[in-house]
Amino acid sequence: MSLTIEQVQRIAHLARLEVSESEALTTQGHLNGIFQLIEQMQAVDTTGVEPMAHAQDVFQRLREDAVSEADRRAAYQAVAPETEAGLYLVPKVIE
Amino acid sequence: MIHKSLKELAQALAAKQISSVELSTLFLDRIERLNPEINAFVTVDREKSLKMAAEADARIAAGTAGALTGIPIAQKDIFCAEGWRTTCGSRMLENFIAPYDATVIRKMHHEAGLVSLGKTNMDEFAMGSSNESSYFGAVKNPWDLARVPGGSSGGSAAAIAARLAPAATGTDTGGSIRQPAALCNLTGLKPTYGVVSRYGMIAYASSLDQGGPMGATAEDCALLLNTMVGFDERDSTSLDRPVEDYTRDLDKPLAGLRIGLPKEFFGEGCDANVMAAVQAAIKEYEKLGASIVDVSLPNSHLSVPAYYVIAPAEASSNLSRFDGVRYGYRAPEYGNLDDMYMKSRAQGFGAEVKRRILIGTYVLSHGYYDAYYLQAQRIRRLVAQDFAEAFKSCDVILGPTSPSTAFKLGEKSADPVQMYLSDIYTIAINLAGLPGMSVPCGFAEGLPVGMQLIGNYFDEARLLNVAHRYQQATDWHQQRPAGIA
Repeated sequence: MSLTIEQVQRIAHLARLEVSESEALTTQGHLNGIFQLIEQMQAVDTTGVEPMAHAQDVFQRLREDAVSEADRRAAYQAVAPETEAGLYLVPKVIE
Repeated sequence: MIHKSLKELAQALAAKQISSVELSTLFLDRIERLNPEINAFVTVDREKSLKMAAEADARIAAGTAGALTGIPIAQKDIFCAEGWRTTCGSRMLENFIAPYDATVIRKMHHEAGLVSLGKTNMDEFAMGSSNESSYFGAVKNPWDLARVPGGSSGGSAAAIAARLAPAATGTDTGGSIRQPAALCNLTGLKPTYGVVSRYGMIAYASSLDQGGPMGATAEDCALLLNTMVGFDERDSTSLDRPVEDYTRDLDKPLAGLRIGLPKEFFGEGCDANVMAAVQAAIKEYEKLGASIVDVSLPNSHLSVPAYYVIAPAEASSNLSRFDGVRYGYRAPEYGNLDDMYMKSRAQGFGAEVKRRILIGTYVLSHGYYDAYYLQAQRIRRLVAQDFAEAFKSCDVILGPTSPSTAFKLGEKSADPVQMYLSDIYTIAINLAGLPGMSVPCGFAEGLPVGMQLIGNYFDEARLLNVAHRYQQATDWHQQRPAGIA
């Protein structure tokens, strides 16, 4: 399997990564090398094997529906690129 | 003083031969002198460190000190520490001052009273095997400054090898504690998945990531691990199990121990000098009373391919949080919101991180999920089943940690696949979630060789015992790089 340059650009868009045309070319080479490595998996018959998502077979814990965290909005927003009145600022999305 | 073990340092502190402030100053001075060349630390804050040391001295004076209170260590820069810059080796977090503590940081510093000497360099977002993908530059291996220290916990490894710190933390997703430990003549332990909390440890591949100790000896690792573990309700995969003392079995004799040698780890693909050192270690274990059993891990060759689907898939999801909105880098110029995301991420992430995000995005995308992601998860189960089968006939598994000694800076950085194959012996252990160690076992052309010890789930104490007894009988772990004074 090998990716076309259009596929590389489409994946980059899905991942919200801007790539220039020259970058896309280098990336295409690298990704295809990696996919060649990954392709080894396809030769294995895994019929009937249950996919393993996690090392330990444990269930997601649930906790009491109670307030457990203090309000630390100011501290957490101090590391944001741009805030105002407790809100995160981004470019206008609604005209 | 700088070469002493954690136990000896603890004794010196308890006997008031030295204060924590004095001890920490010794190491901070070494960092100041040697770090510009080695680049093991990305952030040092003398004032903060000495304040922690003074608090430790107060605890020692008041008689409320724990076993390791006052001992300085280095923290991999993947652990959020409140008030400390926490970069994860990335431009994305170049100016990120963590607003909270990782559980590991809280336990080690606020509870055990260890002193932080600073944050160590690492491959960007822990993605790499050479530490060359760091935004803050490559780390040099103290054994040969033209070579890599391994990765991703390369800064921690180089810091200990150059005695800029007596011990450090690392994290291991596919070998990132064990491989740099092997390349820098250190002992490192990746615990069973779920034993060390991941809260505040910046996520790469959540189902594989695990923090652990790195040090000069197995005993140092055991002492450090004691301060790191424990159930944490803030980590949804943290395991609620009884607290253990990982030093309890260190001295247990090895008579009757069954060591399994997987034939797949002793075939082609490993440097002959590395193999010779590992074979000599096996002989040493036989002298110590262990018996050798042949085992097989028939699917282990599929670990690297499966890992490079699963880890990038999880990474692409985890790293989607870096969008230039709530924290981290935002591009200086952009058009609409989408453009802001695209430019911030393109400029904030390095090449290797982008590659893994792209692979992950692709294998999770519509039409490819079954062929890649589910297939990789099925292979993951086969790999785990191989270990379960092998552990029916042995107590621990032994082999090389890395197929070669430390390679030259730049040697593998142009070819991602060559770099990925540095982890052929370590990745399977992460897929299965097992504990694994690297232990110094010799030298090849002046460069350290590490052997890997793999245990069954929750068998950390036994692994540490097996490593400790070997270190009582050999002195490889006591060798220090000649060029670093």
